[in-house]
Amino acid sequence: MNKVPNNRAWFLILPMLLLVAFSAIIPLMTVVNYSVQDVFDANTRFFTGTEWFEVMLNDPALQAALLRQFAFSFTILAIEVPLGIGIALLMPKRGWQASAVLILITLPLLIPWNVVGSIWQLFTRGDIGLMGVGIRELGYAYNITRNPTDAWVTIILMDVWHWTPLIALLCYSGLRSIPDAYYQAARIDRASQWAVFRYIQLPKLTNVLVIGVLLRFMHSFMIYAEPFVLTGGGPGSSTTFLSQSLTTMAIGQQDLGPSAAFSLIYFLVILLVCWVFYTAIMNSQKDKATERGS
Amino acid sequence: MSRSAPTTPDSVRQHAEKLAAKRRQRGRSAFSRWRRRVLLGFYLVCVILPIYWLLNLSFQTNSEILGSFSLWPQNFTFDNYMGIFTDANWYMGYVNSLAYVLMNMLISITVALPAAYAFSRFKFIGDKHLFFWLLTNLMAPPAVFLLPYFQLYYSVGLFDTHIAVALAHCLFNIPLAVWILEGFMSSVPKEVDETAFIDGYSFPRFFVTIFLPMIRSGIGVTLFFLFMFSWVELLLSRTLTATNAQPIASIMTRTSTASGIDWGTLAAAAVLTIIPGIVVVYFVRNHIAKGFALGRT
Amino acid sequence: MEWMVWTQPTAIFFSVIAALLLGMSAWEWVSPSVERRGFLPLATTRGDRLFIGLLSAAYIHLAVVGFTNISIWFALGAAVLWTLVLMRWG
Repeated sequence: MNKVPNNRAWFLILPMLLLVAFSAIIPLMTVVNYSVQDVFDANTRFFTGTEWFEVMLNDPALQAALLRQFAFSFTILAIEVPLGIGIALLMPKRGWQASAVLILITLPLLIPWNVVGSIWQLFTRGDIGLMGVGIRELGYAYNITRNPTDAWVTIILMDVWHWTPLIALLCYSGLRSIPDAYYQAARIDRASQWAVFRYIQLPKLTNVLVIGVLLRFMHSFMIYAEPFVLTGGGPGSSTTFLSQSLTTMAIGQQDLGPSAAFSLIYFLVILLVCWVFYTAIMNSQKDKATERGS
Repeated sequence: MSRSAPTTPDSVRQHAEKLAAKRRQRGRSAFSRWRRRVLLGFYLVCVILPIYWLLNLSFQTNSEILGSFSLWPQNFTFDNYMGIFTDANWYMGYVNSLAYVLMNMLISITVALPAAYAFSRFKFIGDKHLFFWLLTNLMAPPAVFLLPYFQLYYSVGLFDTHIAVALAHCLFNIPLAVWILEGFMSSVPKEVDETAFIDGYSFPRFFVTIFLPMIRSGIGVTLFFLFMFSWVELLLSRTLTATNAQPIASIMTRTSTASGIDWGTLAAAAVLTIIPGIVVVYFVRNHIAKGFALGRT
Repeated sequence: MEWMVWTQPTAIFFSVIAALLLGMSAWEWVSPSVERRGFLPLATTRGDRLFIGLLSAAYIHLAVVGFTNISIWFALGAAVLWTLVLMRWG
């Protein structure tokens, strides 16, 4: 769409801008202020300069949490994206089955995050959980509070259960926008199912997939409530991710300065990734627009 | 090809081959349809299983949960639910959660509608950067803002009120609403606006009486998403409240006491947090697919 | 305002950022920026280049503060220089 240059549009933006600025900019400024001081209360504080940043960047526990975070994020993306595409391809296109499947699949997304943790806690416990008891019956000493591997696998399973629907629904909406004529043409050409997927469906999916990967990546970086309830970050610190380290430091230990410095580093990582994805989305849309125009 | 019966041997053979091919194809498609159903069914069972287990436990007493392992409740009981519905401390949690979620939906959609219109129709200084900045708020981990939020709302005297949580959730919900609505609005042709202005409509009147009805489904889907993200959030709502506006999610932590965890009540409370979501998703089931692609397919 | 625990350096920092944003808006108003392609692998406007400059400046500072003993003022100088290069030829 050709947009009209009009700077009065700012008046339409203004109310939103004030509200978001109130909840985003003022806190951000405060975080920056905290990060250069040792704060006991509003009147007792000392300027520390860049010391907290130095400490945080060299803290082995946080570096480990960051690496763990990346490992976690890439693992779940590698599972959820192909699985989500597959499910989207399987979903019925119309009729009451389509609605029913849609509602069932959306269900995990609508459950409060800590309740997701509780559900999986109840499901995987060795004494009362269906999955926990089931695996033990099969002869494997499954225990998420003792064995780090079990805890990892369970958390990844939980995340896949929780968030694959998002990818599936995104892809489903992408698939639905393919005109029937494309499929008819493919049938006339006797194209194989793989060819249909590769040359008709996948190109249509790239756009929604970028959005999906962006959302999933960012949300996996914020993951807090589910592992907190399920494993409490343990055993040891094997499932402690960034958000949990940060929350423990800020709320639990009241270390305002270090946690603020850590927040800012965390935020810069997010900002960079976000910008790369955003630029990729915008450029792909621009390419498409020029293709259509020519 | 004509519909009449084949006469020459050659055409008979061709006809037979074609029928056989058709039959093969039908056979294959029936097989692939069943394979699809089985695979999808398997996935759906995996989705439902943990929720079923929750439901199962919620209808059992604690002694039954801990005493015997059963795939369905042996002594079906509503005690856990009765316990929640008769204790004001418990059910007020749901009321509090719904209160701040509804407030947040109202605030977010009101300010996001004009903003999304501006982004979808006009070019102005800083538009792209502003949009990107909005998205970064969507991505900002709430943990980063936890402490300043606490201080901010404490200092303006809003701590432990519904409006505080509603405002805090605006951080990610307004950008989300703008993002989705902008997609839906961009699919409305601009000629609609132009015609209306030529017909002498003022902007507010055009926006409310013509434009909003045209993107009804988009607004519905946006509200669904606002509900979803505000309803599921825990960290901010827990930090900004103490007793008066405590959300159900943080009340649920009360089930674990020194004497052990009250599994039955925990399960029943969890089941009750799922129900509002089912109600909301039912209303938008026909538009949800488009909404998940943020109106951009 | 007391709870925001302002310090002089952070106040200066945010004033500079605010001044930059205002200045860029004014510049845009006087002479709108044209998207062009420099040594960066994508077409950028002035605002994009400023953003890239600021973001990389933040990373330069973090790297210097975290992993070297060089004074932060050198990092600041390098970042400013890099941003200027980016604005002109990026």
